[in-house]
Amino acid sequence: MTAPWIETDTSGGALAIAAGMGIAFGAALERAGLGSARKLVGQFYGTDLAVFKVMFSAIVVAMLGAFWLARFGVLDLSRVAVPETWLLPQAIGGVVFGAGMAMAGLCPGTSCVAAASGRGDGVVVLLGIFSGVVVTGLAFAPLRELYAATPRGPLTLPAWLGVSYGAVVFTVVAVALVGFRAAERIEGRS
Amino acid sequence: MIARRAYADPYVAGTCLGVVLLAALVITGRGLGASGAFATAAAGLTHAIAPAAAEANPYFARYLGGDGPWRDWLLFEIGGVVIGGFGSAWLARRWRGEVERGPRARRAGRLAVGFAGGAIMGLGAVLARGCTSGIALTGGALLSVGAWLFMITAFAGAYLAAPLLRRMWR
Repeated sequence: MTAPWIETDTSGGALAIAAGMGIAFGAALERAGLGSARKLVGQFYGTDLAVFKVMFSAIVVAMLGAFWLARFGVLDLSRVAVPETWLLPQAIGGVVFGAGMAMAGLCPGTSCVAAASGRGDGVVVLLGIFSGVVVTGLAFAPLRELYAATPRGPLTLPAWLGVSYGAVVFTVVAVALVGFRAAERIEGRS
Repeated sequence: MIARRAYADPYVAGTCLGVVLLAALVITGRGLGASGAFATAAAGLTHAIAPAAAEANPYFARYLGGDGPWRDWLLFEIGGVVIGGFGSAWLARRWRGEVERGPRARRAGRLAVGFAGGAIMGLGAVLARGCTSGIALTGGALLSVGAWLFMITAFAGAYLAAPLLRRMWR
């Protein structure tokens, strides 16, 4: 049967799979050291570029896997949910999120791992994120216009640029390899 | 005292993370996520305290349909992240109660800045409709335009803010 295989509904089986996915996700983040704020901020001071290396290795592996599985007819990419593009809110949200990430030293997923590995700063960041979402939700009215601005739907880079999927995949791999080389050099300097 | 084991090589760990993400795409047709679970829990808590206000709220209302906010895919996934993170840290003898900060930084200062940073990330994640997991990782692998835009702007925001926060880690 062509993948994806299950519906992500609220049945017990689906939620058990969700928990299983989470366990693997959390373990991978912890092994990478991304549950440590001290390690994570090394990215922004040029001392430890683990964030970049881990993120881009993961993106390249999943991207290549999805591309080839789709090519071989195992995975139906049209049934895989591509995160929607909203240009303005994602650009502004990105800058805001990034500034918060530098302050916290963690992101939402890694704050859960930090908290689970005994770190008090992880617990506090987690509570901060939760409070931020509650307050933003309660004070949503003035943000509504920005939130709904510039929708582009599930737009992909190949569709936007008018080039083949494979060409973008190839470019991302090339950029990642150059980036890994640069990352090793930057770490070597510090 | 038994020494804590070193973290895995970043390329190896990243490859493992990529395999987990690919498995999520193949099995479920959606990737991984984190901030969505915070949004669902925020909607659920608001609803528990003030049901009418939550249902009338344009942001929270969407999380309250169906079987309610507590039987949610992402909430169970993030529960798994906590279990997986704990188990991995425990097995590697890395579990330790501490507040990570620079040797000269004050504990209260680190916690205050951490909380504020978390809250700011919460605002950013609402606007961007996701975070480093659901947008950057998942959307990055699926070549979403918004995901790559978010990744670039988030790194830019972090690099702009980081020099002001150096004291925290010295």
